[in-house]
Amino acid sequence: MSLTLFLILCLNGLQYGLLLFLIAAGLTLVFGVMGFINLAHGVQYMVGAYLVFAFTGLTGSFWLALVLSLIAALMIGLLMEYAVFRHLYARPHLDQVLATFGIIIFLNELAKVLFGPATLSIDTPELLSGSIQITEQLRYPVYRLATIGAGLVVAVGLFITISYTRTGMLIRAGSTTPEMVSALGVNITQLFRIVFGVGAMLAGFAGVIAAPLFAIEPGMGDNLLIVAFVVIIIGGVGSIGGAFLAAILVGLIDTLGRSLVTELLGLAVDASMANQIGPALASMLIYILMAAILVFRPKGLWPAKGVA
Amino acid sequence: MDRGLVIGGVIFAFLLAMPVLLPIVGAEYLTGLLIKAMLLAIAAISLDLIIGHGGMVSLGHAAFIGVGAYTTAIGLQSGIEEIFVLLAITLGATGAIALVTGILALRTSGVYFLMITLAFGQMIYFTLTSLAAYGGDDGLTLWSLATLFGSDIVQDGRGLFFFVFAALLLTWIGVWRVSQSRFGRVLRAARDNPQRAEVMGYPVARYQLIAYVIAACIAGVSGLLLVQYAEFVSPSIAAWQRSGDLIVAIVLGGLGSRNGALLGAFFIVIMEEFLSSFLHEWRLIYGPLLVLLVLFAKGGLNDLLQPTSREAS
Repeated sequence: MSLTLFLILCLNGLQYGLLLFLIAAGLTLVFGVMGFINLAHGVQYMVGAYLVFAFTGLTGSFWLALVLSLIAALMIGLLMEYAVFRHLYARPHLDQVLATFGIIIFLNELAKVLFGPATLSIDTPELLSGSIQITEQLRYPVYRLATIGAGLVVAVGLFITISYTRTGMLIRAGSTTPEMVSALGVNITQLFRIVFGVGAMLAGFAGVIAAPLFAIEPGMGDNLLIVAFVVIIIGGVGSIGGAFLAAILVGLIDTLGRSLVTELLGLAVDASMANQIGPALASMLIYILMAAILVFRPKGLWPAKGVA
Repeated sequence: MDRGLVIGGVIFAFLLAMPVLLPIVGAEYLTGLLIKAMLLAIAAISLDLIIGHGGMVSLGHAAFIGVGAYTTAIGLQSGIEEIFVLLAITLGATGAIALVTGILALRTSGVYFLMITLAFGQMIYFTLTSLAAYGGDDGLTLWSLATLFGSDIVQDGRGLFFFVFAALLLTWIGVWRVSQSRFGRVLRAARDNPQRAEVMGYPVARYQLIAYVIAACIAGVSGLLLVQYAEFVSPSIAAWQRSGDLIVAIVLGGLGSRNGALLGAFFIVIMEEFLSSFLHEWRLIYGPLLVLLVLFAKGGLNDLLQPTSREAS
């Protein structure tokens, strides 16, 4: 393993981590603030990717498509909240799981009907195509660096909003004692709606920026959703900072694990054996981490303050 | 008169008549569909023991179907063909794995239990994909199947149908008896108020662990029979979406009721067959249908059939 390869893996891991953060941020807020399990959150990621595909086709410009997709993702999120989710806040978790599972099934199938079952792709925008020299032997695609930058900007923005603005204060208060916040005259349903809409938009944004990098296909959000849940459990439910650190951690572990585990195993057992179990073990790493954290530190590594 | 018993009895009598009725109407191809529904029902009934009665929402139950199926497949590959020997091995393997994961998982509760069972389920899933000798990702086609005392009667058609039927009937009776016993009452007490059950002197965690292991073993049996039916095994049967399907079945049917899991499982399989027969994109209807059922049919299908009695809740 050369240093260059290691660097590339770290950058890829960071990028994957930030993508996870964009999805996990909304999930952890919706889960932490409203106690609502939204399995359909991963579908928003898919929706974002398909939206940018459709709008790029229509307008011919990635940037215009980006803006339109964000607006549309926000609208779709708010629509789902209005039509379905708001009726489920007071329901048991199982009902929420079932209803949002139904929405996943519907939207995955809808994507298949509208765009076909084959994988689609879009080009990286011209402004960000190409790659730059980072070290002697290492060139890295500009677009991937840009997604890292975009992820960081959103993370900082969210952190400031949650920590220093009035809305952020209300969200934090609402996540601990919603009854009290409501009793103080804050329209808690309105607050929930804002959180929900922004969460859906962020997941959509993740889908938009992922679209030029990965294949766009029905069901693309399903596995990412599960990983996002892993992230928010590791980070501590309801904690934006926790979600950020855990997302980076999971992104790095998963990306580095995929190349390192097989090599490390090769030192202990013979090569064919290592090739056989290495990939499976690498896929398992994040789940092993989550299980360990649930057993030993059930509140997560960086829990939200004041959560009982 | 116990309405739950009557409804269950009607369902089973109906199933029993199927091998005779289907050839008359020329719909023998439906036998396979019914076997599939019965296999789903076995796994769903077992899951209802821990979710409906125990209040432990597991999102990793399909992994035990996978363990059961792969244990059976590996047993068959190594030349073990007697179905009761395979059954014993399957029970041992799923039970052991459930015991270990259960001890760890039961240190958590609520949503965290859901997440940790998901984690174990995914670990099992990825382990199955790594079994290169048994097909890895692609799965494994089985050229020889299990025999019953040396006879091939349980390999397909009616023989297999009645064998699966017997397994379902035993599961249905067995799980209900367990849930109505003192053991089941403690389990429900622990679901509703764990502290109180603990203070009353019941070792809550031990009761929950036993229920978890029983449920896993039954799911393993469903895996064994699935191999026998499909003659094929692949890791996809252990994916988390399959665990989601099982939850859908029991919530749709009605949690912790005698026939809920049974009704839910049959509803799903029949609905899929029915909708897909006239619309290829049947999921466009199925998805919103789930949402509507959650919003408007609290208590599930079982409640629609027996609205007055809220047995065992």
